[in-house]
Amino acid sequence: MHHAIEADGLVKTYGKGAKAVRALSGVGFTVPSGTVFGLLGPNGAGKSTTTKILTTLVTPDSGTAVAGLDVATEPGRVRHAIGYVPQKPCFDPTATGRENVTLQGHVYGMTRADIRARGDQLLERFGLADAAGRVTKTWSGGMQRKLDVALALMHRPRVLFLDEPTTGLDPEARAGMWAEISGVTAADGVTVLLTTHYLEEADRLVIIDRGRVVAEGTPEELKGGLHGDAVQVELADARQQEAARRAVGSVPGVGEITVDGARLHARVDDGAAPLPGLLAALETSGVPLASVTLARPSLDDVYLRHAGRSFHSADTKVAA
Amino acid sequence: MSTTTVPVALRHAGHLTGRSLRILRREPVYLAFTLIQPMVWLLLFGQLFQRVADLPGFGDTSYLEYLTPGVVVMTAMMSAGWAGTGFIDDMQRGVMDRTLTSPVSRGALITGALAYQAVVTVVQSLIVFGVGLLAGARYDGGVAGVLVVLLCATLLAVIFAALSCAVALTLRSQESLIGVSQFLTLPLAFLSTVMMAPALLPGWVGTVARYNPVDWAARASRDALLGDPDWPAVFGRAAMLIALTLVMAWLATRAFRAYQRSV
Repeated sequence: MHHAIEADGLVKTYGKGAKAVRALSGVGFTVPSGTVFGLLGPNGAGKSTTTKILTTLVTPDSGTAVAGLDVATEPGRVRHAIGYVPQKPCFDPTATGRENVTLQGHVYGMTRADIRARGDQLLERFGLADAAGRVTKTWSGGMQRKLDVALALMHRPRVLFLDEPTTGLDPEARAGMWAEISGVTAADGVTVLLTTHYLEEADRLVIIDRGRVVAEGTPEELKGGLHGDAVQVELADARQQEAARRAVGSVPGVGEITVDGARLHARVDDGAAPLPGLLAALETSGVPLASVTLARPSLDDVYLRHAGRSFHSADTKVAA
Repeated sequence: MSTTTVPVALRHAGHLTGRSLRILRREPVYLAFTLIQPMVWLLLFGQLFQRVADLPGFGDTSYLEYLTPGVVVMTAMMSAGWAGTGFIDDMQRGVMDRTLTSPVSRGALITGALAYQAVVTVVQSLIVFGVGLLAGARYDGGVAGVLVVLLCATLLAVIFAALSCAVALTLRSQESLIGVSQFLTLPLAFLSTVMMAPALLPGWVGTVARYNPVDWAARASRDALLGDPDWPAVFGRAAMLIALTLVMAWLATRAFRAYQRSV
């Protein structure tokens, strides 16, 4: 099968000496043409750096990146073939919607007639046609985000890169946004690579943690290994994690126990049935609890299973 | 570089200049803000220090006539010091990232910003010069003299706009850029013959002024407005300004590489 994107052994370190931060330690994956491919992981895992390498913004220390063409040897031609929607808004707030798409068309050397036709088509498609003559800083947040995507599609790229396209949108707006993106990309056969916090937005995903790919598959495959419900026990005292692990391990119907600081995660096969036994075991071992929760498998569980730590603890460690 | 890349870069620069001019046209109040300070210099300073022109060795012009070309080039410098703020706005939004993944060359981005500053400077200079004339300044130099003033002001503006862009790309914060710009521009204006005739400068200030591009622009402008200008001296200073313009534009383009290494 033809691959629209190939990344192989990407390594990137920011800074020098003692302050050096290793952002990527050998990321590799391939994306078949015409699919929607996701990079999943907490902030700081290396998703954005990977995207920036593939879009020619950043040069890797080693490894190869191909977005149709080799990014290192033919950045100029790669730039013509790709569209990029950064995490932060990228339209000009002082210009109208129409002026924004027109400038974008000129940047890619499109003819005036083509700019007009393609601009109309995209503004219409994303429901922005009525507002096109208004200065964009007066638009709603959802409309502005759609304009960001429309701008990236202006020159009919072969590959579209989206850095967290739906973060901050409510579920309804998120669904609407995806309907519009897939309408345009499916018609043009565009390959989409997105960084995301939502499993269901991609056909296929890699999970990235600490600069490495730790798992790859379809959303179903990644969720498939997870049986039953997730129990999360918050210990009153993190020093008792070993005692807690032993106590929980002795309860029938409880498996896949991981401890992350004062949090203990486990899977239970049969809904809430093993819970009383679990609580009793902890009580007998003299481990005081702060809270216990039971939940359906979530992104956090998928992440925990493949990366060995929870999404939120990874997120906060980077932030701190 | 292939034969087609230069026209493409120029076309890109043209579109980017157009984008900036559209912003200015939509909110012309920014241009008015940049003209408040020169009016203070020209009208208040010009009045307050009127008698300076009576000092022996000052020459036989009025102080307002002496001061006006200097304020024109000083305004060009100070307003150009803000040129990099556009880049920082673009960086804080995703605009810079999107632009750098497009076929726009780094050279076109710098050229677009500098060309915009040049257009703004011509408009500003004509206004400041016009106010000087309204206040009573008279010159024998005619149209040629005024054109030299515009040229010098524009070159000086491009030099400082390029510096501002380079600082913006390196420090990436509005506060730092404003700090650097304030730190440089006022001392450079005072370490020149903008306010005080060359013969009356303290020795060390005169020495510093010889290496100060603000002084090159101010002297060339004043000289060109005389009835019988010393053209070789005027063109000599203009040539130095052109040389420095090219160096600074190159430096600003280089600053993009440093920026890209760290994003």
